[in-house]
Amino acid sequence: MVAQPIKFYQTGSFAVGNRLLPPEQRSVQAAPDRANALTCGHRACQGCGEALGARYVVDAALRASGRQLIAVNATGCLEVFSTPYPETAWQLPWMHSLFANAPAVATGVAAALRAQGRTDVRVLGQGGDGGTVDIGFACLSGMFERNDDVLYVCYDNEAYMNTGVQRSGATPPAARTATTQAVGPEPGNVFGQGKNVPLIAMAHEIPYVATATVAELRDLEAKVEYAMSLQGARYLHVLVPCPLGWGSSSADTIRLARLAKESGLFPVFEAERGVITGVSKIRRRVPVDDYLRLQGRYAHLFGAEPRPDVVARLQGCADRNIQRFGLLDDEMEESGEVRQ
Amino acid sequence: MDRPFAITLGVGSSLANKTGSWRTERPVYTNLLPPCVNACPAGEQIQQWLYQAEDGGYERAWRQIMADNPFPAIMGRVCYRPCETACNRGQLDESVGINSVERFLGDEAIRHGWTVPVTAHKTGKRVLVVGAGPAGLAAAYHLILLGHDVTIRDQGAAAGGMMRYGIPEYRLGRAVLDAEIQRILDMGVTLELESRVGDVAEAMRAGGFDAVFLGVGAHIGQRTYIPAGDSARILDAVTVLRETQGDTRPFLGRRVAVYGGGNTALDVARTAKRLGTSDPVVVYRRTRDRMPAHDFEVAEAIEEGVRMNWLSTVAHAGEQSITIERMELDDAGFPQPTGEFEELDVDALVLAIGQVSDLALVEGAGDVEVSDATVVVDDHMMTGHPGIFAGGDMVRSDRTVTAAVGHAKRAARHMDAWLRSGSYDEPAQPELASYDKLNTWYYSDAPKQHRPKLDAARRVSTFDEVVSGLDEATALFEARRCLSCGNCFECDNCYGVCPDNAITKLGPGLGYEIDYDYCKGCDLCVAECPAGAISTVPEQS
Amino acid sequence: MSTPSPDQRQIEGSRGVAETVARCRPEVICAYPISPQTHIVEALSALVKSGELTPCEYVNVESEFAAMSAAIGASVTGSRAYTATASQGLLYMVEAVYNAAGLGLPIVMTVANRAIGAPINIWNDHSDSMSQRDSGWIQLYAEDNQEALDLHVQAFRLAEELSVPVMVCMDGFILTHAYEPLAVPDQEKVDAFLPRFLPRQVLDPGDPISIGAMVGPEAFTEVRYLAHLKQLRALDLIAEVSREFRDTFGRDSGGLVRSYRCADADTVVVALGSVLGTIKDTVDEMRTEGERIGVVGITSFRPFPFEAVSRALAVANRVVVVERAFSVGVGGIVTSDVRASTANLGTGRRPREYTVVAGLGGRPISKASLRRVFTDAIADRLEPLTFMDLDQDLVNGELRRIGASPRSGPTAENLLHELRVNARQIPERST
Repeated sequence: MVAQPIKFYQTGSFAVGNRLLPPEQRSVQAAPDRANALTCGHRACQGCGEALGARYVVDAALRASGRQLIAVNATGCLEVFSTPYPETAWQLPWMHSLFANAPAVATGVAAALRAQGRTDVRVLGQGGDGGTVDIGFACLSGMFERNDDVLYVCYDNEAYMNTGVQRSGATPPAARTATTQAVGPEPGNVFGQGKNVPLIAMAHEIPYVATATVAELRDLEAKVEYAMSLQGARYLHVLVPCPLGWGSSSADTIRLARLAKESGLFPVFEAERGVITGVSKIRRRVPVDDYLRLQGRYAHLFGAEPRPDVVARLQGCADRNIQRFGLLDDEMEESGEVRQ
Repeated sequence: MDRPFAITLGVGSSLANKTGSWRTERPVYTNLLPPCVNACPAGEQIQQWLYQAEDGGYERAWRQIMADNPFPAIMGRVCYRPCETACNRGQLDESVGINSVERFLGDEAIRHGWTVPVTAHKTGKRVLVVGAGPAGLAAAYHLILLGHDVTIRDQGAAAGGMMRYGIPEYRLGRAVLDAEIQRILDMGVTLELESRVGDVAEAMRAGGFDAVFLGVGAHIGQRTYIPAGDSARILDAVTVLRETQGDTRPFLGRRVAVYGGGNTALDVARTAKRLGTSDPVVVYRRTRDRMPAHDFEVAEAIEEGVRMNWLSTVAHAGEQSITIERMELDDAGFPQPTGEFEELDVDALVLAIGQVSDLALVEGAGDVEVSDATVVVDDHMMTGHPGIFAGGDMVRSDRTVTAAVGHAKRAARHMDAWLRSGSYDEPAQPELASYDKLNTWYYSDAPKQHRPKLDAARRVSTFDEVVSGLDEATALFEARRCLSCGNCFECDNCYGVCPDNAITKLGPGLGYEIDYDYCKGCDLCVAECPAGAISTVPEQS
Repeated sequence: MSTPSPDQRQIEGSRGVAETVARCRPEVICAYPISPQTHIVEALSALVKSGELTPCEYVNVESEFAAMSAAIGASVTGSRAYTATASQGLLYMVEAVYNAAGLGLPIVMTVANRAIGAPINIWNDHSDSMSQRDSGWIQLYAEDNQEALDLHVQAFRLAEELSVPVMVCMDGFILTHAYEPLAVPDQEKVDAFLPRFLPRQVLDPGDPISIGAMVGPEAFTEVRYLAHLKQLRALDLIAEVSREFRDTFGRDSGGLVRSYRCADADTVVVALGSVLGTIKDTVDEMRTEGERIGVVGITSFRPFPFEAVSRALAVANRVVVVERAFSVGVGGIVTSDVRASTANLGTGRRPREYTVVAGLGGRPISKASLRRVFTDAIADRLEPLTFMDLDQDLVNGELRRIGASPRSGPTAENLLHELRVNARQIPERST
């Protein structure tokens, strides 16, 4: 469920916490004794959105499960930076098997727990967009179809970052990657059909599907908490900007996630059994330029030979999302407001 | 567990990897200067007392104000709130209603009878304060807290100065004024009323005072030459306002013209309305936007039925009328006569074109320099005469209660140092927390809470306060609208957004600590701090 | 065919394996269909669904890759996990096969041996499991269906004692689909033989650990060496478990190798799996004719029992290795390990070695053909690498065709055309 906005007039639901909030209204991340499931010393890049997103998600899931949680991880950045021998940054039972099989391993964990009668212990699968959208997709779909009791979280940074920023099925159009170089008449990634795994997950009519970003912690935590209250297959798709792959400042990670949502390029919504039940409205609408210009992977659109035509197509993608998911509230819709 | 070698690892073992070595620059917590504090003539730590008020710590908040200003309830009514003009929130939606919160806190203090204990050791030094206006009273307050013996002398029948004799009651209820003055007197200040100091040097000598603070104000209405008939009734604003405080209130006539464009002009016009004038009119040479008076005062005056004649000068005053000449602004914005005249039927003309101080008392003290009808003081608020300090309207500055209170605080601190043969260094001001340093995404959309006002119809028949205070809920709301510019307010953002768990939350009121063993220097905490209270410094290699 | 003893029933091999696996009380079974192992998981499905096997989670996964992956998840959570596959399925799960071994997870998997395409072929040979000989799994080959049943009980015991996965290889169709009198190991005895699974490592919120770390050059060699040592330890344990099994169940099965009429054998035939039966029959016939010929059956192909093989071949002057798979461009797979065993006989002499590749893709292995190659071997006129029953004319024709035209088309289709065999005459089972 989309986080209930807190009727509180200093920072409301936007900041991580607030000394003035009653404890029950504070986020998991605000707690001095939060689990820190992914603790210090991990080797993620500076400003890594995935490290942040993973801690947000796993800490929330740990709280929701009373710390009775097992995590299964696909190969990828998150796995590599968290568990290079001889050090692991995880503080919960965690396992990594392969790139493509995290959902299936999670299925096995869930099956074992069911056989053992350990209904108190819950299972979390996690992977990046490569492991989820591409190579692990068959296992993911199988897990969905069987409705195994797994919450699977995709940390989407929109390319294969661990191997050096190559295109994945989640790479957005026009983005430069090592395998979609910014050269030629159509630089960057192609304008393909896209592969919207949240919508595909919805087509499985699983109990719960949601998208979120690292910029809206409370929304993210509320979704994890709600997902953990349900049984069966659940899918959470979290946008996690990658300073390395996106060519952005490490300090801009959260800002970019925010702009992705506020521009409409990344719709934040949730669905139950195939039906959208909630949409996180745009609060301060921005043109896609605001989002794109902060990222080196789109630099070719604004360089010596600017490509306003491509930017316009990307704006078209955002506009379509806005219309399709109803991302503007009524008031903003009427005024057509775009805050610069 | 007999763990398989290398493949299986004990949890949290990454703590051995000190990623702080990656860092090229480090985040540090800072306290920047909030624009409200920067703008406050009294030097109030506004952000800090709002912070105290935000959690309902009204007494703590009040005491924070009292460290700089002994008149929160008065401030909450008469201050022209430069803090709100400077407030960063004004660029986001509407400035924080700092003044209304201050009034709430001041009224709470009066209601609860909060007092400030005098705990300093007596220094044995005796200080004479001349004038029981805002400057004198505030100086006395600070000096007695610093351990000095304080005597105030004032020529009036009651303490308060311009707060009593210049500011109409509908802006500042007299019960509030009395309460805040009495609180100072109760601290042990000696007040001698109807006691005029003719020669300050002499008074100092005769009374055995070690130092003097002068705060005699500016009570003499300025005159200007206006061709007038013998029977024309021309009054000055200061006198009208003072007399309004007397037992018998003056009647100015059915129709009154006030000449001037400052706050005093509006005070007089609005007072005249309350005294029975049906049709007060303000005559001013320029346009509304150029009036020195604050816009809200103009608006309130118009609401009450005061008519405004902009771009007009008084060319001649007669018995039952005045002649005004239409003006127009030249390219430089100066009013120029047009030669078009108009007659206004009025029973009296009140001049509100400024006040001057009666500086006779320093004439005998040869080394007190006077310039432009004001006493010259140095950075320490000391006149040319050692030990004689001055502040308020009698020195060159903005002539507001708040400025006077600020002078008094500064003078008292320097005087204290001077009396102890030491020096007082004012704390260095940190960098300004300008709007661009904030990350305003995180602040809720919270509309300003406005104070209720008396109906205009009721206002004209009474001197009751026009503007009421906020109730607790709305005062709390308003306090919480504060953006806490440049200062941590414990929103937990830095603690939450660190991808490396390198920030420790120390507990309520204690803030956070950065663990540089693990901080990689990504600056996410800096970028996502709503208040701009974290900055980046290069790492020492 | 002999009359069944009281504890035997006339059942299909697959059925027997399924019932035996069930008596090992797996908690998670991952199933994906591929011939010829399907009858095993089908039978297990019924056993779980009916409640006969409980508690057990039967997971219908979407691929063999998922099957092994789910088994990995189950095993690492502390549950006994089982799956079965064959041929393409085994190859499709290869990445997870290696992973299970690398993580030391005691999963048991039946491989119903089948050829690997292309050309696609559903019939028996050993190409599939042989391709996984370096995966780190223990591989046990069943000579007959009774041994196939028994090996599963031993496999779970070995796997869990060593924390290593075990593959039980049984010839597809020849064993899996054969009906014969079989004694399904008694439940009480299985329970006594196979203690409750105590995992060496387990994902448990009460004692969290991280499993599956990335290991770099600084320790990777050591990790791999430790895996090797574990397999060497398995050599002792396999023999021990086999002895214990005999004590408990009163049957010989398992172990490292089994010699048959080798005491005075000048020529020894080495083989794995069900072909041993036909070979023994052939040897028996040749013995009656006075040939000093014996048989060594290898049960444990991984780890390879060099010492045991060496001992078994100690007096042989001639070794014929009959293989149901081969390494293209090299020749015998088992042969190279056998050769390594005989290199250290300590006698200063080495037996002559012949590799006979037979039974590929389900081609029948007849006694007559075996007898022919054995006779040729004894006469030392056998080629070192012989493809038994190779239709040389067919091959020559195709070689001519290839030589004549650079675009000669696909060999398999050409050969079928040459044989004037059309698709309708291909046996009607499919994958």
